[in-house]
Amino acid sequence: MFPWDQIIVQAINGIVNGMILALVASGLTLIFGIMDVVNFAHGELFMLGAYTGVLTLTATGNFWVALLAACVVIAVLGAVIQVVALRPLLGRDPLYTILATFGISLILQNWAFYKFGPVARRIQEPFTGNFPLFYLTYPWYRIVIAVLSAGIIGGLWLFMKYGKYGIWIRATTQDRIMASAMGIPVPLVHTVVFAIGAAMAAASGVLWGPMVGVNHAMGIDWTLKAFVVVVVGGMGNLGGSILAAIFISLLEPFASIWMSPAQAVIVSFVALILTLLFRPTGLFVPTPK
Amino acid sequence: MMAPARDPLAPSMRGYWTGFVIVLGLLAIAPLVLPEFWRRFTTEILIWGLLAMSSDLLIGYTGMVSFGHSAFFGLGMYGAAAALLTVKPANLWLAILYGLVGAGLVAVFVAYFSTRLRDIYFSITTLVFSQIFYVVIFTWTDVTGGENGLTFRQPPLFQHAFTPVTLHWFVLAVVTLSYLALRRVTQSPFGMVLQSIRENEGRTRAVGYPVERYKIVAVLLSGLFAGLAGVLYAVQNKFAAPDFVLFLISGEVVIFNVMGGMGTLLGPIAGAAFFLILRETFSRFWTEFYLIPVGVIFTLMVIFLPQGLLGFLRRRLNQ
Amino acid sequence: MLTLSDVHTYYGKSHILHGVSLEVGRGEVIGLLGRNGVGKSTTLKSVMGLVRPARGHITFEGREITGLAPHQLARQGIAWVPEDRRIFKLLSVTENLRTGLDRAGLDEGRRQTLLDKVYTAFPVLRERRNQAGGTLSGGEQQMLAIARAMMLEPKIVLLDEPTEGLMPRMVSQIRDIIDVLHREGVAILLVEQNVPLTLGVSDRIYIMEKGVVRHQAPAAALRANQSVIHQYMGI
Repeated sequence: MFPWDQIIVQAINGIVNGMILALVASGLTLIFGIMDVVNFAHGELFMLGAYTGVLTLTATGNFWVALLAACVVIAVLGAVIQVVALRPLLGRDPLYTILATFGISLILQNWAFYKFGPVARRIQEPFTGNFPLFYLTYPWYRIVIAVLSAGIIGGLWLFMKYGKYGIWIRATTQDRIMASAMGIPVPLVHTVVFAIGAAMAAASGVLWGPMVGVNHAMGIDWTLKAFVVVVVGGMGNLGGSILAAIFISLLEPFASIWMSPAQAVIVSFVALILTLLFRPTGLFVPTPK
Repeated sequence: MMAPARDPLAPSMRGYWTGFVIVLGLLAIAPLVLPEFWRRFTTEILIWGLLAMSSDLLIGYTGMVSFGHSAFFGLGMYGAAAALLTVKPANLWLAILYGLVGAGLVAVFVAYFSTRLRDIYFSITTLVFSQIFYVVIFTWTDVTGGENGLTFRQPPLFQHAFTPVTLHWFVLAVVTLSYLALRRVTQSPFGMVLQSIRENEGRTRAVGYPVERYKIVAVLLSGLFAGLAGVLYAVQNKFAAPDFVLFLISGEVVIFNVMGGMGTLLGPIAGAAFFLILRETFSRFWTEFYLIPVGVIFTLMVIFLPQGLLGFLRRRLNQ
Repeated sequence: MLTLSDVHTYYGKSHILHGVSLEVGRGEVIGLLGRNGVGKSTTLKSVMGLVRPARGHITFEGREITGLAPHQLARQGIAWVPEDRRIFKLLSVTENLRTGLDRAGLDEGRRQTLLDKVYTAFPVLRERRNQAGGTLSGGEQQMLAIARAMMLEPKIVLLDEPTEGLMPRMVSQIRDIIDVLHREGVAILLVEQNVPLTLGVSDRIYIMEKGVVRHQAPAAALRANQSVIHQYMGI
């Protein structure tokens, strides 16, 4: 007999985790799509977002204010990073942006370690409350964050399609030179998009915070996973990232039925490699003929 | 710019070889005059330098950025461990052989992918590989000792046990020979083609070169020398641990390359030395947070001094 | 209005422009002729800030514009229509046009007026206004590229080989469009390989060879005696 209840619970977990991962990855894919920057420091923006959430929560006691504060603060940090470190590198070999963001990730990670120490902090969920799901009680909070993540990504998509400056972002993504020739202030667009990507990472950090402890090393795994998602979903493809994120997040728990959780990580890596070999534009994107 | 093939005995090269011999001499004397800690430090610089040099063949000369050199290094280390633990009496040359074979196998694997993927995708894949190997080594506790790694005895050199001094000389000899070999390779016609692949792969292919084959050989060579560095590390420290397979190590290797100067072979060794010295210095004041100032310096160098220390010096000396 | 003085431009190490000097007066149509590879496109790109001249000066309405960023130049009234059109393929026709409309100082009413004006002038574009740019035919894309540039209400349009690859019927449409722009007082710097068209629409013509201007004359003079053109164009 198939353990259906276990499978469904795992599937729901997978979708919840997948939505957070999708939120992180969509920031990354947005940044890559528009300026060809592989942002190694994305996980650190996630981590610092979580820490900002912790601090704001302690100060105000309100989870939602903490979420907002994290987005704003990290958006500003992202803008600063882009202007100071990435703008000078425009036009150079993409290797240098990878290296620069790698350097920044080292700085941010170790600074967080220095400032906050090794002990994990906690973010309290904004509300508790469970509902019965088969053999356990499932927290409402998890469902809410999945919905919220979907909402944020949906909001982003709407903004890009119909918003006033959405056209600027899409035009710059497609042809930055022509966009500039049409009067679109491309350097500003780059900075704003980086800031948006950073804010999305920060939001993910705060939303994910209550489920695990917040500590300086929490970002590394997410950066790697987000990369896998971005590649599997197709670089610059927002919809693909969501599908890929859910796909990966479903893959791992199922894999851990047969292997230990530590080894299940490999599964997503294998997915990445297979995608690169056979469907390099993305698993869910038809390969151009 | 392609480095022109040079006649090793031309008058202009005399300055170079003189400098080379001087540095070699200094490094040889080092273990005799330095205190224990700095002696080990110098030996370690050489080993990391070898690793960085092997990576330079790919990054600096062929234009392929690998974030996976920790996998080659690690396999070299564990390969040596395998030889030293399973074959008695412990045999140095067998350890080297096993290590090279281990690294070589990984290199073949990576080489396959190098030909199908370009640029960023290749880099990310190498990163992913090093993580895969890390996970495998970490969890396959029975074989690899998992988290704790493996410890073993140091093998003798020609029937005599190593002393810290003779070990240093052995490492120095291996690294120097490796350098000379890599130098030969980069200045050969083969090396020229690699550089032309870096400059413009499409054009190189159009001219008729089987680019794939060149890339495969480059990856193999790079992997083998990286594995050799791993063997040396295992022999020096008498342990193998999964930490060295972590992507962070690969990242540090790339840092050495960039800081020292890509495409110069010696640059990465200088970069390794520079980084390790910075780490030592900053550790005194910042304890475990040394990566903050080092990270800042690295990032600033990426932006303002991309040609690395050696590139900067070279330009200065040429003026 | 637009002046280039002794402009030298490099692509990497290649020295493309060896001291180009030319002038475009207000409302003038200036033709730039020359064989392939002499640097005509590079001249336009140098004006548009897409490549930075190593030496020389470019002034627009009396102000130095050498080395300014393209988006700044677009806002000052210089529009560029590139050789390969560079339509935003994934944006609809309307969205393509809007990239030129979303600038400061334009209220919604004015935007709508400009859009209507363009749709009246190019009925085909109105028909296709919700289609993705990439689905348009070559000729339609060229029209869209020019229409898009007009959204900037430019004082001068840099037109790079607009008739390349177009059928003769479309070529005469392009000619009509150039006439319309001319009548509205928009200056045009036209790079072309199509000599008859250029002779027909231009006020003055420059001929380039190997990165320099070799000859300039009023179009009327060249219409009467085309031998100079044959000499440089080799046709």
